[in-house]
Order: sequence, then structure tokens, then C-alpha cells
Amino acid sequence: MAFEALIVDDSSAVRAFVRAALEDAGFARVQEAETGFEALRLLASNAFDVVIIDVNMPDINGLELLAFMKKSPRQQGARKILLSTQAGGPDSKRGTELGADAFLEKPFEVDELRALVGSLLGATGKVSG
Amino acid sequence: MSDPRDNVQQEFLAEAQELVEALSRDLLLLDEAHHRGERVDPALINEIFRSVHTLKGIAGMFGYVHVGMVAHALEDLLDDLRLGRTFVGQELLDVLFDSVERFQRLLALEDPQSPAEESEVQAYVAVVRSLGLEPEEEEGDPLDKYAIEAGVLSVLTEYEEHRLRACIREGQRLYRLRAAFDLTAIDDSIETLRDVARDDAEIITYLPSMEGGNEDTIELVVLLASRVPEAELKEHFEGRYGTIEAIEERTHLPTLPPRLTSVPSAAIGLGPQREDDPSSASLRSVADSVRVDIRKLDHLMNVVAELALVRSAVNRIVDSFKGIPIYRQSAMDLDRIGRGFERQLSELRTGILDVRMVPLGQVFNKLARIVRQVAREHHKEVRLVVTGANTEVDKLIVEELTDPLMHLVRNAIDHGIELAEERTRAAKPPEGTLALNAYHKGSNVVIEVEDDGVGMKAHELRETAVARGLLSADASHELTRQEMLNLVFLPGLSTSSEITNLSGRGVGMDVVKTNILRMGGMISIASEQGIGTKITVTLPITLAIIRALIVTVASQTFALPITAVREAIPYVPEEVRTIQGREVITLRGETLAICDLGSLFGFRGSSRHEGRFIVVGAMGNRELGFVVDDLLGQEDVIIKSLGKSLASVRGFAGATDLGDQKVALVLDAPGLFTEYFDGPDALLPLETRP
Repeated sequence: MAFEALIVDDSSAVRAFVRAALEDAGFARVQEAETGFEALRLLASNAFDVVIIDVNMPDINGLELLAFMKKSPRQQGARKILLSTQAGGPDSKRGTELGADAFLEKPFEVDELRALVGSLLGATGKVSG
Repeated sequence: MSDPRDNVQQEFLAEAQELVEALSRDLLLLDEAHHRGERVDPALINEIFRSVHTLKGIAGMFGYVHVGMVAHALEDLLDDLRLGRTFVGQELLDVLFDSVERFQRLLALEDPQSPAEESEVQAYVAVVRSLGLEPEEEEGDPLDKYAIEAGVLSVLTEYEEHRLRACIREGQRLYRLRAAFDLTAIDDSIETLRDVARDDAEIITYLPSMEGGNEDTIELVVLLASRVPEAELKEHFEGRYGTIEAIEERTHLPTLPPRLTSVPSAAIGLGPQREDDPSSASLRSVADSVRVDIRKLDHLMNVVAELALVRSAVNRIVDSFKGIPIYRQSAMDLDRIGRGFERQLSELRTGILDVRMVPLGQVFNKLARIVRQVAREHHKEVRLVVTGANTEVDKLIVEELTDPLMHLVRNAIDHGIELAEERTRAAKPPEGTLALNAYHKGSNVVIEVEDDGVGMKAHELRETAVARGLLSADASHELTRQEMLNLVFLPGLSTSSEITNLSGRGVGMDVVKTNILRMGGMISIASEQGIGTKITVTLPITLAIIRALIVTVASQTFALPITAVREAIPYVPEEVRTIQGREVITLRGETLAICDLGSLFGFRGSSRHEGRFIVVGAMGNRELGFVVDDLLGQEDVIIKSLGKSLASVRGFAGATDLGDQKVALVLDAPGLFTEYFDGPDALLPLETRP
């Protein structure tokens, strides 16, 4: 069974990159959201195993989405990865407080992303090979 | 299927290109605001920052290290700018403008990691870094003034927090707007909210709250800063957008955490609630555009062409059945269905063509940047006036147009528009005007580059041409003024002596002309000394498909693009006269040169002599009659290239399949015009010219 993943990023190249990295070999089924609003829409009615969120987005930013997910009963099981160009910066510190499970600094490699998602989901005990 | 990574790579290049274009556009706005001495909109700076920031992120992921390095340096600088640590100045603007071309060049490299770029990139990065300023010390945190709940502060990004501080420091008051939004229409609703807020308030952020929301709606707390009195804001937003309240200033102890439970009184932009499956509604994507590889559209266009062939094959069968009495009724039914099919097919074709169209504004934006840059380098004052930026043209043509137009614009400023002192002496306004006009004319698009500069000196062009041996002294005396102006398109005339920093990149007007001709276009020039110069480029709207007049010459079938055809008239041999060795007729009082395609192509003696036609072609302001044997009618044709080995054959744009297994050569009307009026050498590749 493949994982359900959501990538929220306003860059279509990043979304395509993440999709290619995770969908390759049937690792995960990836849905994309270009804006925070689109993410809200998806988060309201879908349960995800892993949600990958860019911090810096116009309007609703990544931190706000994290805060939303923390309160959303549907998303309690989701692992949250925050994408940021500045790991360790003030934004990522706030992210930790808001429940991000991991950070990924942009730019990142395909393997890095896969390894991170793999280890996060392994920790949930849902890995099914 | 192709390698998915290729697609991802394409996605990267497309997005990177868009980001650089957006950057360029925003920089022009920033430049304008700066020069008018206006307050720079923080949202604009943030947009610029975001473009560079996103570019940096994706460049790194796709191995474009140099793009990444440049973007990184700029990002830091822009971050200082948007966080108020440094200010917009001329030097900073120059560095930013420089980045646009740098990005474009680096993105076009075969090898994005080429070590050859290293040193130059490093040098640029050093310049950018030298512009960064030391952060100012801030006295006290303005945020302390307000009783903002920790829950709100904790979800602000660094930038949002900075805007919040800046707004408080500027004396604005903070407000909290609560409103419920229909999830399916939230983007539009937010767009209108932004419009309403634009003049009165700055939106710091939107916080989704869990309360009052369900699968269809969501409540947002919108944090606003504004100078407008509270009562006025209330009038503006309340009722339309839920409730608005001022955030209390901290005069006493922090208040209790606010309730986030206000009822979603007015859910906006929803209309009747959707009654179908809510999950499908919320899954609906709101992105209303897709990015498509143009090759996919080419493929679809070919499918349409194949379908048209199937249709004409069916037509022929229907025709043959019509003669057989027992099949007549069925043949007529089939005919009717066939016509319906044809209508749909034609709509499909129009639809595909429509998708390929992009506004010329895309090129004009790039040109605006060039205008600014060249004018500055040359210390000239130039006002750019653009009309018809929305005029649409095929994407491929837009791509090809950029370089020629860029050259024309450089020329206009470099050689056309005078220095302010000179202009004042000539009783002209000190600021020169460069106009870029675009409009549709039939199935062509016309682009004019017009300046009010010195104009061209026709006699000097003639003398240069003679001096360079491009023209004999004798022949030069017979030239009309227009013909003298046209000499500027001769290879070797506008290149060598006029290389300046600006227009001289070793590219002359001849290359501009060749490029325009290659796209099936025409270029013409009008210039008055002391008044100005206007270059007019006429191009087909699309190259993907053309309507053509099918003619025969000596039993061979040819297609002549209808864009070049004005009319067809019967050929009357008795009306033909010869002037200066050229055959002409008089048409409605005007002399029309005619050209017998049979003899031009060397089918001597094989053409019939009676019942022939003259197809009057028009390109730009020139007309020429092509003598053909017969007119077979009009058809939409898709031009296929003749292939490399035949690419040098002059006068043909390609070949096309006419159905019934017949192939017709497509005549290259601009090429034929040029060959006829400017002599055969005008079309030869440079190196083979005598």
C-alpha cells in the first residue's frame, strides 16, 4: 500500500520534483497544492500520511498550515515536513513549536527526501514495504 | 513515455523562465516608483524577493549552481531590502537589472555547471554582497505595544513579523477580521478581499482557525494594519466580511486569549451551497491554467491534419456514390454528416491555435528593460510608449521575435534618438519617444518600432554601400529614396562600421531581416530625416497552420499562403507591358509588376497560354502579381519542413499534404517578393554571396 502524501509549495518545479521523487517506484501517492488555500481544501477532506510544506508562501504560510493541522482531528496522524531555505532560522524554530516533525533545507536531493519520508513513516509503524 | 525526469527538468526551466520574467517586470515597476520618488510598495519588494527566493531554491535542486549562487546573493540583499535594512537606490537597481540578463544567460547554458562561468559569477556576487548594509539597531520592540496573542505571533514568518513591526512603527493600527469562506471559492473571495483592502489596509497574514469551519467552509482570521479610522473600516468590511475589531493596545495587563469562536455570519462568495459530494468539491483544483509543452500542441495539430485528410478521402467516396442512383440518398446523408464533422474539426483547430497564442506583452516587457538600460548607458532620455501589448501571436513566433525586436529597439535609441541637448536645439522635447505598437491586420500581426529621433540619412547609406562595394556607383544613382533606405538591410552595411557598445553585437539589420523572413514575415522601413524612423514588421499570427490558395503552374500544384494574397484576376496577355525589363500590367490605375511562376521555376514552354490567372500578392506595402495556370481553391494546410538537404532551396516555405496522396510545395511569399524586388542574392546565405 502506497502512502498518501501532500506537497504544498507555490513552485511547480518543486512540486514536480517531490512528486517524481516519491511516486517513483510507487512509494507514495502525491497530491499537490499550490497555495495555502488549496492545501486547506485538501486537508479538510483527506487524511495524509505525510505533508510536505514550504514555509514561505504568499497568503497562508507554512507555519499557519502547521498550526491548522495541529488542531485538525483529521490530520493527527500526519507527519509534517517543513521546507525552508534556512534551516535553523527563526522560521524553522517556530515550525518545531508548531509540530513539524522534520525540516528539509532547500535545495535537497531526491535521496534525502526519500530517506526522510521513509524514516518518518517507518516511525509510525505503517511501513508496508 | 519519455523519462519523467526530463519532464521535471522542463518544468524547472519553464518556471525559472517565468520567475525571471516576473522579476524583470517587477523591477521595472520598482524603477518607475523610485524615479517618481514614490513610496515603494512593500508588496512589490516582497514579490521580487519571492521570485529570487524561489529561483534559488529550485536552481539548487536542478543542478543550476551558478543560477543558485547569483540568486542566493540577491536573496540576501532583497531580504535586507524587504526587512527595511537597506533602501532602494540607483546602484541597487542597476545590480538588480543586471541580474535579469545574467539569469537568462545562465539558464540557457548547455552545461549549467560550466566552470567557465565561475569567475564572472563570483565577481557579480561580490558586487551584490558589497551592497548589503549593516542592520540598524532597533529601539524597543513595537510589538510590545499591542496585545497580540502568542498563538498569532507564533505562526508569522520572519517577513510577516517585520511588516507587522513596520506598520506599527508607521503609526498604523492593527485589526483582526474574522470571516468564513467557502472552500471551493476561497481564492476568488480572497482576491476580492484583497481588492477591498488595497487602499485602506495592509493584510499581514491569514490564519486559518479550526472553529466555525467544516469540510465546506473555513474561518480565517485576517490580520490587518491600517491608518483608516475604525468606524470607516467597519463600514467597509462588516456585513461583507464577518466582523472586524481593533486589536487592543497594551495599556494594562495582557488580555485573555481571544475567543476564536465567532459565528461565520456571512460566508462570502458561496452562492447556494453545493449539494453534491462535498469531498469531490473540496478536491477540485482551483488552478485555472496549465502549462503545456508546445510539442504536444504540434502533435495535436498534426492529428487534426490527419483527420482533415480522412475527411477528404470520405468526401471523394461520397462524390463517387452520388452518381449512382441507389446510393444517392445515402451519399447525401453522408455529405451532411461530413459537413458537421468539418465544422467540429474546424473548431478543434481554432481551439488548438488559440491555446498557442500568447500576448506580445511578454516580449514588450523584455524590451522595456532594454530601453531603460540602453537609454541609461547612453545618457539619453527615452519615454517608452506601448500600445497593443495584448495582441496575441503564436508562442513560437513570440520566442523568435525577441532578438530581432531587441535589436531594433537598441538601434532606435543608439542611432535614432538624440541626446537631450541636441533635441532641445532641434526644437524637440528633450525626452525622446520610442513607440512599440502592435495590432492585428487580417491574419497578420503588425509590430511597429517607431522613434522620433534623427531619422536615417538615405544618401549616406548609398555612399557607404558604394564605398563598401555593395553597389556600383552607376546603379546607385538610379535608386529612389526608399530603395536607398532599404540598403540598410544589405549584409555588410549596418554591421562593421557601426559597432558600438549598444547596438553593435555584430548583428546587423540584415540578420534582423533574415530572421523575420524566416518566420514568413516582412520588414519595411520609413524614415524622415530629423523627424524619426518607423520600422514595421508584419508576421503571420501562427506558423502552425495556414490557409492557402492552391494553384497550378505547368501541371504542378503549389500552395500560396492566403495571408499574402489580395485577389486573383484573369491574365490578359495583351495588357502586359514591359518597363525596365520587368513585365507589368495596370490594375485600377496602378502599375503592378507581374512574375510568371512558370518561367521563374524554369518550367519553360510547358505553361498553357489561355485562361491563366494573376494572383495579386501583397506584403507590407509592396504588391506583385504571380502568373499561374489555374486556381484550385482554398485549403488549410500544415506546412512540413523540406528537410535539411532542401532547406537552401529558395522560394519555398515547405511542403504540404493535400489529401488524395498529393503533395504540394508551399510558396514562400516573402521570399519570392524579396527575390523579385531585391534581386536573387538577397536570399543567399551570407557566406555564399558573391
